[in-house]
This record gives sequence, structure tokens and C-alpha cells, in this order.
Amino acid sequence: MFAYLVKRVFQAIAVMFVISLIGFAIQDNLGDPLRELVGQSVSEEVRQELRDELGLNDSFVTQYLRFAGNALQGDLGTSYFFKEPALDVILKKLPATMELVFGATIIIIGLSIPVGVYTAIYPNTILSRLVMGISIIGISVPVFLTAILMIFVFSVEYGWFPSYGRGDLVHVFGPWETNFATVDGWMHIMLPSIALASIMLPLFVRLIRAEMMEVLQSEYVKYAKAKGIRPWRIYFVHALKNTLLPVITVGGVQIGTMVAYTILTETVFQWPGMGFMFLEAVNRVDTPLIVAYLIVVGFIFVVTNTIVDLIYGLVNPTVNLARMGA
Amino acid sequence: MSLLSVRDLCVKFAMRDNTVTALNQISFDLAKGERLGIVGESGAGKSITGFALMNLLSRPGFVDSGNILFQGDDIAQMSDAQMRRIRGNRMAMIFQDPMVTLNPVLTIGQQMVETLMAHRKLSKSEAEQIAIVKLREVYIPSPAERLKQYPHELSGGMRQRIIIAIALLLDPQLIIADEPTTALDVTIQADIMELLLELCETNKVGLILITHDLGVVSQMTERTLVMYAGRIIEAGRTREIINDPQHPYTQGLINALPQQTAPGQRLKQIPGNMPSLTAIPSGCPFAPRCEYVQDHCRTDAPETVKYTHVEVACHEVNRLHSDKAEEMTR
Ligand SMILES: Nc1ncnc2c1ncn2[C@@H]1O[C@H](COP(=O)(O)OP(=O)(O)OP(=O)(O)O)[C@@H](O)[C@H]1O
Ligand SMILES: [Mg+2]
Repeated sequence: MFAYLVKRVFQAIAVMFVISLIGFAIQDNLGDPLRELVGQSVSEEVRQELRDELGLNDSFVTQYLRFAGNALQGDLGTSYFFKEPALDVILKKLPATMELVFGATIIIIGLSIPVGVYTAIYPNTILSRLVMGISIIGISVPVFLTAILMIFVFSVEYGWFPSYGRGDLVHVFGPWETNFATVDGWMHIMLPSIALASIMLPLFVRLIRAEMMEVLQSEYVKYAKAKGIRPWRIYFVHALKNTLLPVITVGGVQIGTMVAYTILTETVFQWPGMGFMFLEAVNRVDTPLIVAYLIVVGFIFVVTNTIVDLIYGLVNPTVNLARMGA
Repeated sequence: MSLLSVRDLCVKFAMRDNTVTALNQISFDLAKGERLGIVGESGAGKSITGFALMNLLSRPGFVDSGNILFQGDDIAQMSDAQMRRIRGNRMAMIFQDPMVTLNPVLTIGQQMVETLMAHRKLSKSEAEQIAIVKLREVYIPSPAERLKQYPHELSGGMRQRIIIAIALLLDPQLIIADEPTTALDVTIQADIMELLLELCETNKVGLILITHDLGVVSQMTERTLVMYAGRIIEAGRTREIINDPQHPYTQGLINALPQQTAPGQRLKQIPGNMPSLTAIPSGCPFAPRCEYVQDHCRTDAPETVKYTHVEVACHEVNRLHSDKAEEMTR
């Protein structure tokens, strides 16, 4: 177990190294820090002097090492626009995005399992065919279209849900303010979570359905029937557990990917999270903030994947984590 | 009254635009505690017979006509709920490959306890006690610890013993074992068969043993059905079928046994293959491969007749027999 953990941590570090290289390359090539610092009116000699002083004429390796060293100490540069450390800016926006992703994840889990299981058990009913048809459409409709359509119907036409912002928040600790403590907060997070969930939901339904159908054909399911086990137990104990094992791995990756999809969702719903912030940073060519965003998102991605792999190892009895480390 | 009485059972498969017949007019009886072997080449319909008895035919297979009377109830007519109460309880099944039969994510204990609790009102600890007793009966060492283990932690032979123990959990009247040792190491095949025989004898459980190994059938069973292309072509006491087979197909099977061939010589295989379900010849299905074939064999399906001590479906059985008698006197 410990050996496996160490192995996974090393893999995660390697991935973070690559991400930081990419981040640094962007930093190095996008925008001119001098223009941001001193403006247009300074002579070329002064600029060269400043470049030397800032270390911008050092070799790529030296500059990267300085960048990585700072990053390890939590210094990802200073945002040009906010005049604050980029990491602080992002961390303030992080809770909003995380709550949105959490809401979407809950919706995905809560819907895809029962729907996937139902369509696998009864593949030929009208309801199943309808669901599968909708899921094909769902896969191909872009998220901003879903989002705009939802705003139009549920906010503009019916006025059931607010269409932008986070509403009433309750402070938890540090920069974390939560949507889940007030009715108004719940109302505000509804539409954005559903919109975000709608990207992954069809994929999950189809994945669970396909896995479940395969498992239902297996010998052990036939054997469970031959033992006279009740149908609900066959479906939800014998079949579902085997179905979800491969889904956990894929699902973990997809939930990591969802953080990236928040850019569009947050922008449409004016959700004050880091995706919305990222798009603004791109518009303002706020390079340190862009790079910091990439690194933070990459970090979240790596951490979720590692955790998902560990969970997989813990719930699957045939995976021996102790042996996998060797 | 017999334990099981199958009458004119026909099983069909619904294909895209027609149906094919997988079992054709199968009839046989099994007395309480009797052991019956079903033999035949691959594709003869042995497994289909076993699953039909459990009402577990998977689509597109279905029982088209006939009756399966088990202790007086017709299984072919039962609802799913009624049938569930019989499966694993009064009638149990042992599958072919123990490596894929047990659920990989449930412990042995969970898979035993759930079987008991599906049929009886028991607490979990009472069920575990019964499970331990049954594991001891199949000679599993330290049974209490096994309950906590997952299938992948156990060998194939051990798993098949556990599956036998599960079959015995609710003291059934009938066990259907479909090639219970073919997936196992040769060295433990005999052990498993011996165990099965011992348990069936001591518990007076009826056994239907599906196999293509005539040697196993002769050790294990009292009566034998020989199947070919979805039909029973010969049925009778095992000893008599092995020592004095009447149907040319059965004779061919016995001549093909390694014991019948001198070392170093090629096995005497029956030439040709069994027809596929979509191309079963009219008349006698064995006619294209039969060395005694006559014109009427190709056109008329043979009736099952009682001949000496067995029942056999062959037009030429009389002639065959007189030939053989001639051979003996010569
Ligand atoms: N789902 C199915 N659809 C169509 N035909 C099938 C299906 N299952 C089995 N069959 C056919 O039914 C026939 C009998 O199959 P069965 O499994 O009973 O053979 P068997 O005697 O058990 O052979 P083996 O010794 O190989 O196990 C075979 O010809 C097979 O191709
Ligand atoms: Mg078979």
C-alpha cells in the first residue's frame, strides 16, 4: 500500500513538472512584462537594464528553475490587473468553482446510476429508447447553448430560477463562502450545476448502461439467478458493483475535466469562479494569472486522478495495492 | 412418483426471421436420489436441457412445448417468482467454470449467506453457521476463514468445492451439474467427481450430470441419455449403454474412447460433424455420418423403440444386432 502510494505520488510529480514547463513556456512567450511594468515611455537602454535586473536575459533553464522554485513556495507571480499575488486571486475564486463542480457531480451520480441501470435492465421499453435518443442529442449540444436555453426558459419565461451570480452566501472559513446554506444560494446554483452536469451526464448514462449490460450477461449473474437470489439484489448488489468499478476510473478523469468546462458555464451564468476569472484574464492578457490558473487546474486534475486510483484499489478486492507497488 | 418427469420438451431459438429447434421432443424421468448422465458431442443440446430444467434459458431461447414436472409442478408454466423459490432451493445447479461462476466482488461468505437468506428466514449468523457446516462437508480446510475471502484468493478446485457446498446449502432434491470438472486441472477432476458422488449418495440427492466423458458417466451415474442434434437417441441403464450400445452413434462414441484404441494408434473418431441447428437433415439426423445408413433413414425420422434393455431411436437397430450376433458366432 505504502509503496503504491509513493509510486503514485512520483507519477503525480512528473505530470506537474510537465504542466509547469508548459505554464512557464506560456509565461515566457505571451505578453511583455516590461510593458506592464513601465509602459511605453521608457528608453531602450533603461529597458535592457531592467531586463537584466529582472533576470529576463538569463538562460531558459535558469529562468525556469526560478519560476519552479517560486511556484513551489506558492508564488505564481503577481496579477497585472489585480496587483495581487495570482495564487491569492485564484484561491478566492476556487470555492465558487468547486461548489459548482460538486453540485454537477451530485447531479451526475444521482441521475446516471438509476437511469443507466434502468436502461440496461429494460433496453427495449419506450422510456429507455427515449433516454438513449436524448443522450445522443445531449452529447452533441454544446454547453453554452444548453445554458442559454435554460436561462431563457427557466429564468426569463418562468422566472423560477435566477440567471446569474451566486446569491446569498454564508462564510465558512478562509475564502470559502458556501451556496448550500441558504435557499437563495440553492436557487442560484441550480441552473449552472445542471448546465455543467448536462455535458457529462449522457456520457455517464451510456457508460453505465454499456457496462451493466455486459455484466448482466456474465456467468456470475446467471449463477446468482440459478441460486434463486431476488432480482433487485442481483441488479444492485451483484451487477451494479461490478459495473461501477470501471466507471470509477473513467468518472474520476471526467470530473477532473469538468473543472475545465466551468469556464463556459461560469461565463454564461456570470458565476464568480475561477473559470470566469480565467476568461477575463485572457481578455486582459493577464499572463501571470493565466499561467497560475493552468497550474492550479492541472494540480486539481492530478490530485483527483490519484485519489480516484486509490479509491479504485480500495473498493476492488482483486486489486492488491501492496503488490502493485512492487 | 418420479422426482422429475420431462415430456416432449421442445426448445426453440427465435432467430431474425424464423425459429430453430434446439431440443426436439425430449422425454425422460428421474427417480428420487437417482443419478442420470447426459452425454453427446459439443452442440448436442446438453446445456440447453440443463438450463431448460432450471427455467433459465436466456434469450432468444424459449420452451416451445412440452412439460417439465418437478415434484408434480410444471416448471415450464411457472411464473418468475414461483421459479425463483425453486432455484437454489429444491433444485441447484453447478456451472462449468468455477473461475467465472462466483462473483468477484463478493466474499464467499456473502455469496453463501445470500443464498440461504433468499429462501429461508434466518439471521446472518445462523446462515453463516450453516455455511460453515456445508464447507466442512466438502472438505474445505478452516471454513470460517474462507467466508471472509474473495473468490480470486482461492484455487479453481477450491472454488468448485465451494460451489458444490452452495448447491447443497438448502438440501435440494436435484442437482444439475454441467461439465463440473472440464475447466479444472486433470489431477483434481477425479477428486471433485468423487466428492460429488459421495455427497449425492449420502444426502440422497438426484443428480443430472452433463458431460462428454463416458468414463465419468460410467463411474457416476445409474442411467444415461445419449443426445444428438437436440434429440435423445438412446437412453437406458448406464452399464448396459456402455457395455452394449445399440445406436450406431453411441457405438461410435464408445469406440472413440482412448481405452478402445491400442497405444500409438489414432483414435477411432466418428467421421464428419454434428449438423448445426439450422441444417438438421430430415429423417434421422445421424444418417449422413452413419455407416449402416439405408434409404429410408434419410427420409423418415426414427421412432424411439424399446430394444432389449434400452430405448433407442434407430431404424436399423434390428439389423445391427443380428450382424453383431453373427460376428460373435463367427
Ligand atoms: N443463444 C443461442 N442462440 C442460438 N443458438 C444457440 C444459443 N445457445 C446455444 N445455441 C445452440 O444450441 C445448440 C446446443 O447448445 P448446447 O450449449 O446445449 O450444447 P452442449 O451439448 O452443451 O455442447 P457443449 O458440449 O459444447 O457444451 C448448439 O448448436 C448451439 O449452437
Ligand atoms: Mg454445454
